[in-house]
This record gives sequence, structure tokens and C-alpha cells, in this order.
Amino acid sequence: MRIANKIIKWHVYVFLYLPLVIMIFFSFNSAKSTSVFEGFSLKWYGELFSSSDTLEALRNTMILAIASAFIATVLGTLAALGIYMVRNKIYKQSMLSVTNIPLMNPDIVTGVSLMLLFVFVGRALGFSQYLNFWTLLIAHVTFNLPYVILNVLPKLNQTDKSLFEAAQDLGAPPPRAFFMVVLPQIVPGIISGAIMAFTLSLDDFVISYYTSSGFQTLPLKIYSMTKKVVKPDMYALSSLIFLVVLVLLLGSNIFQMRAENKTSRVLRKEQKARKKSKEIAV
Amino acid sequence: MNGPLAVAYRVAAKTLCGGRKSAGLWVRAKLAVISAVRGLYRKGECKKMDGMNSSDVVNEQGNGAKNVVELRNITVKFDNDIILDNFSLSIKDKEFVTLLGPSGCGKTTTLRLIAGFLQPDSGEILFDGVDVKRVPAHKRPVNTIFQRYALFPNYNVYDNIAFGLKVERVPKDEIAQRVAEMIELVNLKGFEKRPIQKLSGGQQQRVAIARAAIKRPKVLLLDEPLAALDLKLRKDMQGELKAMQRRLGITFVFVTHDQEEALSMSDTIVVMDNGKIQQTGTPEDIYNEPQNAFVADFIGESNIIDGVMLKDRLVKFHNRKLECVDSGFATNEPVDVVIRPEDVDIVHPDKGLICGTVTSVTFKGVHYEIIIDVDGFKWMVQTTDESKVGDFVGLSIEPDAIHIMKKSEYSGTMGDYSYFSDEMEEISNPDVVLGEAEDEKTD
Amino acid sequence: MKKLTKVFVNSPYVVWSALFVIVPLFIVIYYAFTDANGAFTFDNIVALKDYGHNFRISIGYSLIATIITLIIGYPVAYELSKAPPKTQKIQMMLVMLPMWMNLLIRTYTWMNILDNNGILNKILSLLGLGPVTFLGTPGAVIFGMVYNYLPYMILPIYTVMAKMDDSLLEAARDLGCNGFNVWRRLILPLSIPGVISGITMVFVPSVSTFYISQKLGGGKIMLIGDTIERQMQSNYNYHLGASLSLVLMVIILVSMFIMNRFSDGAGEGGMVA
Repeated sequence: MRIANKIIKWHVYVFLYLPLVIMIFFSFNSAKSTSVFEGFSLKWYGELFSSSDTLEALRNTMILAIASAFIATVLGTLAALGIYMVRNKIYKQSMLSVTNIPLMNPDIVTGVSLMLLFVFVGRALGFSQYLNFWTLLIAHVTFNLPYVILNVLPKLNQTDKSLFEAAQDLGAPPPRAFFMVVLPQIVPGIISGAIMAFTLSLDDFVISYYTSSGFQTLPLKIYSMTKKVVKPDMYALSSLIFLVVLVLLLGSNIFQMRAENKTSRVLRKEQKARKKSKEIAV
Repeated sequence: MNGPLAVAYRVAAKTLCGGRKSAGLWVRAKLAVISAVRGLYRKGECKKMDGMNSSDVVNEQGNGAKNVVELRNITVKFDNDIILDNFSLSIKDKEFVTLLGPSGCGKTTTLRLIAGFLQPDSGEILFDGVDVKRVPAHKRPVNTIFQRYALFPNYNVYDNIAFGLKVERVPKDEIAQRVAEMIELVNLKGFEKRPIQKLSGGQQQRVAIARAAIKRPKVLLLDEPLAALDLKLRKDMQGELKAMQRRLGITFVFVTHDQEEALSMSDTIVVMDNGKIQQTGTPEDIYNEPQNAFVADFIGESNIIDGVMLKDRLVKFHNRKLECVDSGFATNEPVDVVIRPEDVDIVHPDKGLICGTVTSVTFKGVHYEIIIDVDGFKWMVQTTDESKVGDFVGLSIEPDAIHIMKKSEYSGTMGDYSYFSDEMEEISNPDVVLGEAEDEKTD
Repeated sequence: MKKLTKVFVNSPYVVWSALFVIVPLFIVIYYAFTDANGAFTFDNIVALKDYGHNFRISIGYSLIATIITLIIGYPVAYELSKAPPKTQKIQMMLVMLPMWMNLLIRTYTWMNILDNNGILNKILSLLGLGPVTFLGTPGAVIFGMVYNYLPYMILPIYTVMAKMDDSLLEAARDLGCNGFNVWRRLILPLSIPGVISGITMVFVPSVSTFYISQKLGGGKIMLIGDTIERQMQSNYNYHLGASLSLVLMVIILVSMFIMNRFSDGAGEGGMVA
């Protein structure tokens, strides 16, 4: 039984990585083909950097990703704070459910619904163009928010409430107490949320497809390029994007693991001390 | 403290000195007189330790009539649960006061009320006579030492201690000087730069104390600060805290469920249960003269038997009439009789006032703990003499070891040694849903 | 915590989500039930009957893909949970890594591989087997779904299995269960929440995809996503597109409702980075 499992597992790994390997492999192809490898060459990477609309798409994507990640991080941190502070269970549950909606909905539903919103408003206000950079930005912030919230909220729940009280007890008014004592504790969550939002924004296709017009991001460019015959330059571009996302997400994961190790070590020490004293006291 | 001499003295001080400050000086100047006179008043009582004497002196020092903190008719409700019900408490200046009680009795709630983290549903909170109910926590002249210390993980030892001064915008060099003083006081020299994650429990606690005390509050609140420490360290810290209180000369309000701790550290103990004060008094008063079955059972071990006061100094229980030293009860008034296990001697059944059968003998090192069944009631006796299970023995009790208490809601619910804990009785009862530990909030 | 502070902190998000999450859903409904002049009509709903075929194949292919990912993913997740703890995190990341490739890239790379002139066919012809047409078949589309969403099935099941205390398994053995029974009576029931999660996370994106069917279906296979895309981007018939989207939303709601019944609302909702 176990052997069968192991066989399946390794087949799955091969299966999962095949396209990735082929993509990277063929990105160095000296010929135009994506099925016959003729020689090693970096020319496709070179072409990328000289293609002006690729660079423009890249620039647009970066602007969009940074802007939407930033806005989503600020808004999302505030939202997580808000949910954390309220005692009312009904409010908490409904806000969490609302937060889950963009997560549970397939991209196409989010994209279409936002598009229709913009069309509706645009028509009502008499615009000729309904979709532009701003609608795209709004859409990206909207689907990024839940990820930020779901990264910050657990960190908030983990903070020791008595720290906030202790700061006030020592004379810091609540806002100051928050910035001096609570915020430093949730920063890891904020950062990982921001990184996640950034990578999601980089990678998004479907929602951008429906909410943008004229403002081209890399995924949109890739889409238009794949409508024609695919050349290895696509592979070069994709490999680069993959590398960036890989570095970002690996880095974020390692950072989180380090931070968690620190807190868990401290907590474990405390727990041991408390357990010991309880045992002896009884 | 309220003896005629003290009262006269205070009146004189007030009229002669007018303002509070000068009265304080005047009072201090007269301390020697008072303690000397007190020595005369207290003839016959065994000389107490130095520590106890000076604490009496400290109490005298505070203007007894003025309470540094007072809670009046406080009611606190949480989701339809009444945590504190028409609760009133006075705390005198420069006292070491302990709020003692089981989990959920309301002692931590009381502390949080004073600190300002909780608003009462009704009642007043007075600091030196002024209602501070509306004053937010960060503006109150009290500081708290939290149960798990709440040290700021993003600051090191120095910055943690300096935090309160930084917030007050005290100039840097003054901060440096005062922090150095504090570090000296709590014996943490050399630890300034250490991150707090690398401190042991005892060290963390010292930082917590330094951090709070550096603000020179009138009242220091301590929420079970010793609970997380090893037993031996805890004993040491008890002494240190007591000494610190005396050195700093401020009021300590200490919360604990450990009655031994309370007895050894406090000037005054306030025993609480279910949101109500059961008894207030000095450790000796609480131990020797518990006012109801709860206090008797909570402090130390007690045998609490149902009895009837036949007349002054004569009580009947277990169908025997015994002499005691208490009076002031109505004839034939039902009462609770309290006898400490260490006050009972095991003797030959002919010589005993009461007789019973030994059901268990446990060697505890210091003494034997013997459970004796007398007419179905399980007595606990602590003695250095061994007995054997099944022996029929007699119990001998001195009259002044028998303490009579009025009946209360607690009568009949405790004092019998068939089980040591309430939990054991509840375990087999399907109607009682045990499980999650009570929310700390409601303590 | 003052009431005013709470209101200040909460309102930006409440306003944003109301405007950009809740309202758009209502606008979809609005468009679905109106015509070009804004008048109320059922025309768009009636027109849906022409798309019955598309709905059927969307749901059908997604279900098949879901089942396949379950069959493949469950043993893999189990293997993963039995691996030494140090390697588990790394292996998990290995499984997730391909997900960090862009969906478009993943899909069209397979398109290239499966093409008549693609690598796979080249290998097959070397082996003497004639060129097989992969693209344009339902199999290719289902394959694309499986490829793209397999990790989403593995991850939740693995998470649930990894949380299982070893001592539970020991207790089962101690009480007399052999290997198979340990699985059947203990692991299987406890892994159900993960399975439910996985099914949801595969079915929902599969049923709503249009890119996979576009690229691997060779233009011959139109799933719901494709029909919506055509109405919104080519025909500019927003009303029909809206009603199609509405049906899609209903399908998803229904499937989630069914899944919830199975798991008693034990859904995780947590973050999968």
C-alpha cells in the first residue's frame, strides 16, 4: 500500500513540474520552436528587455502591484484591527463572512461583478470610457484585502492584551500605546499580507481582464501573446516572473518561520515555568 | 490602630499642623513615643518579629481616617453574571493589602477597577476622596504588575523600565538616573541591554516591578505576580516584595489565591468569595477568628461542625457539651464550630471528649494527617503521633481551640474531610458541566 | 475602547466592502433582469435555455476533474503526512510551487506539450505510435483542470492529516485495529473536513474557468466561463452575461451548501500561502 502511494507521489511530482521544467528549458532555446531544442541561447531574454511594450507592461504591472498592495495593506490592517476590537459576535461573524466572499468566489464572478459595477456607474455618470487604471486598481485592492486581513487578524489575536493595558497603565494614551507596543507585534503579519497581496496582483489575469481597458499588465500581455503562436520569448518572460514570485514568497515564508520560532520559543519557556510551579504548588 | 491614644494623637496632629504634609512630618516625629506607649499596651503578647512591628508603625503613619483608595457600592456585571455585588472596600495608605479568594471571586476584577481597565456598572471609585470613575487608566496614579508581567517584547530591560518615563516626556538624563536607581533596587544590575525574552521568570518579574515602581505611584497593584514562579523562588520573592513595599513606602494591593502567601505578606487581608467580602482583618485575625465557614475553610485546614450554643462559653456538638471561650451568641443558637486540625490531640478513647474510628493515616513528613470518622463526619487531625487505620480513638481539644462562628450561606457545604476538593465531588455528577477554565476576565 | 474609535477604525473597510463586494453582486442581479433600456425583463433568464449544454459539460467536467484530483491527491497527502517532519514543510512547498507559476503560463505550456507538433507527440512518433490529437478533446480540458488544481486538493487533506496525533493511531492499534481498519475507522473519518475543503477548492475554479477550455479545448469546448467571456467581451451583451454569471454563482452557492452539510460548517477558511 505504502509503495503504491510512493509511486503515485513521485509521478505527481514529475507531472506537476514538467511544464515548469520545459518552460525554463526552452526559454534558452536558440531556435523559435517550443518543441524542438536546437541550442542554448539567451537571446529571448535579451529581446524581452528591448521590447518596449513588454517593458511598459512590466512597468504597469509593478505600479499596479505596489499601489494595490500598499492600499490593501493599510486598509486591511485597519479592517483587521476593527474586527479585533469589536466585541459583538454578530458583527465579527458578518464581517468575516464578507471578507470571505472574494476568496470563495471564482475570479470570473468577482471580475464580472466589478466590471458591471463600473459600467453601471460609468453610464450613470455619463462617462464614455468605463474602465481604466482606477477601476483596475480598485479591483485589485478588493481582491487583495481578504488576504491582508487573514494575515493580520491571527497575529492580532495572538497578541497579549495585557501588553496594551500595561502601556496604558504606565501612562500612554491608547493611540500611543497601540503604536509603541501592539503594532511592532503584528508587523510580521502585515508584511506577509503585503507580500501576498503584491504577488497576487502581479499574477492576476482574470479579474484584470474584466476590469481594465487599455492599461496593460504583464498577464494581460501574455494573454494576447498566447492568442498567436507561442515563441520562446513567452517562456523567457514567464521564467522571470516565476523567479520573482518564487523569491518573494520563499522569503516571506522564511521570514514568517523565523518570527514564529522566536515567539514559540518564548511561549514554550513560559509554559514550562508555569507548569513546573503548578506541579510543585499542588 | 484605633486605640484611644492613637485617636487622640491624630486629632492633635491635625489641629496643630493643618496641612497633610506637615502632619506627616509631625506624625513621623512622634513615632518613637507611640511605639513605646504601644509596648506598654501590648504587655502579655509575645514579641513579634521586627518586620511586623514596623508595619504597625507604617500603618500608624498613614492618616488612618483617609483612605488612599476606596470603592463604594460597586456593582460589576458581565453578560448577566454579577461579578461584584454592592461591593465596598477601603484601602489605607502605605498598607500591604491582599485580596484573597478562589478563582472567580472577583479579586482581579477589583484590581482592574482600581487600575481603570474596567468601568463599574454602578458605584464610585475614590482616590484620596476624589471620584476617578471617569478618569482613563493612563491618567490614574496607580500602576499594575500583571500576572504574566506583560513586558514589551520589542524593548530591552532598560527600555521597558524607562517606558513610563518616556511617555511622560521626562528628560533623557533624568530617565537614565532613575532607571539606574530602580535597577539597583531590584538587583538587576548588568541586565540593562538584555532582551526580555532571555530573562528567567524571576528576572522578568523584577523588571515588571521596576517598570511600575519607577513611576512613583501612590498605589501599586499586583495581580498574582508570583504564580508563575518556582516554589522556592516564590518564597524568596515574597520576602523581597514585602521589603520593597516598606522601602518604597507606597500602598501595595496584592491579589492571590494562595492563602499561605497572603498570611505571610500582608498587613491586611480581604477574603473574597462570589463578589463579596467575607472578612477583612490582619492575618492573625483571619486565621484565629474566621467569621464564617468559607473563611475558616479557605485559610488553613479546619474542621467545621454543626453545633448549638447552649449558653455563653458552652457549645454542644456531636452530642457532647464542650467548654469554649466565645460568648455573645443567643441561647441555643445554631452555630458553626471551627477547630484546626493541629489543635486536636489523639488520646485514649476514655480520655477523649469525642470518639471515632481512624479511616486513613498519611505521613506528611512534618506530621501525620489522620482522618477520623466521628458519627459519619470526617475529622482531620494533624499530629506527630502515629495511629493505625481502624483504631478507635478519642479526640482531646482545649477550650480556646474551639472557635464559634455564626451560621452563613456556607454552613454545611464545607469542613468535612470526606474529600479535599470540591471538584472531586462534582466529577460524578452529570448535572455539573465541568470543562473549560473560567475566563480570567471574571476573576 | 471608545465607541468612536471603533467606528473610525471599522468604517473604511465596511464602506469599501459594501461598495465593491456587496453592491456589485446586486448589480449583477440587476443586469440579469433588465434589458438594454433598463426595463425589467425575464428575457435573459429565458435565453439561458440555449446554454443548457454548456452548463452540463461545465459541471460534468469539473466533477470528473474533482474526482480525479481526489483519487490522486488523497494518497499523496497521506504520504506527505507520514514523511519525517523536517521534510514535510519542504515537500509541501514543493507541491505548492507550481501554483506560483501564472495560470496562463501553466496552461499554455501544456498546450504546447500536447499540441500535434508538440513534445509529447514527437516522443510518441519516435515510439512508432501515430500522432494523437489531444487538444480540443474533453480529456484535455479535464486534464488541464486536474493539473491546475491538484495542489489545492492535496494541501487541505495533508493539513488535516498532519494534525492527527500519533497517539490516536497508537490507541487504535492498541485496541486491536489492523492497518486497514486504522485507516477506515480513524483516519478516513477524521480526514473528511480536509476532503471537503479540497473538493470545494477544486470544483469552484474548475467550473468557472474559461482559459483552460479556451486553450486546451481548441475553441470547440465552451464552458460557462467561455460563454460569459463571449457575452461580456465580444458581444457586449452585458445582460446575458450577467444572467449567465448569476447561474454560475447559484451553482457555486449550491455546491458550497452541499459541502457544508457534509462538514457541519467545519470549513477552515484559513490562509493557504
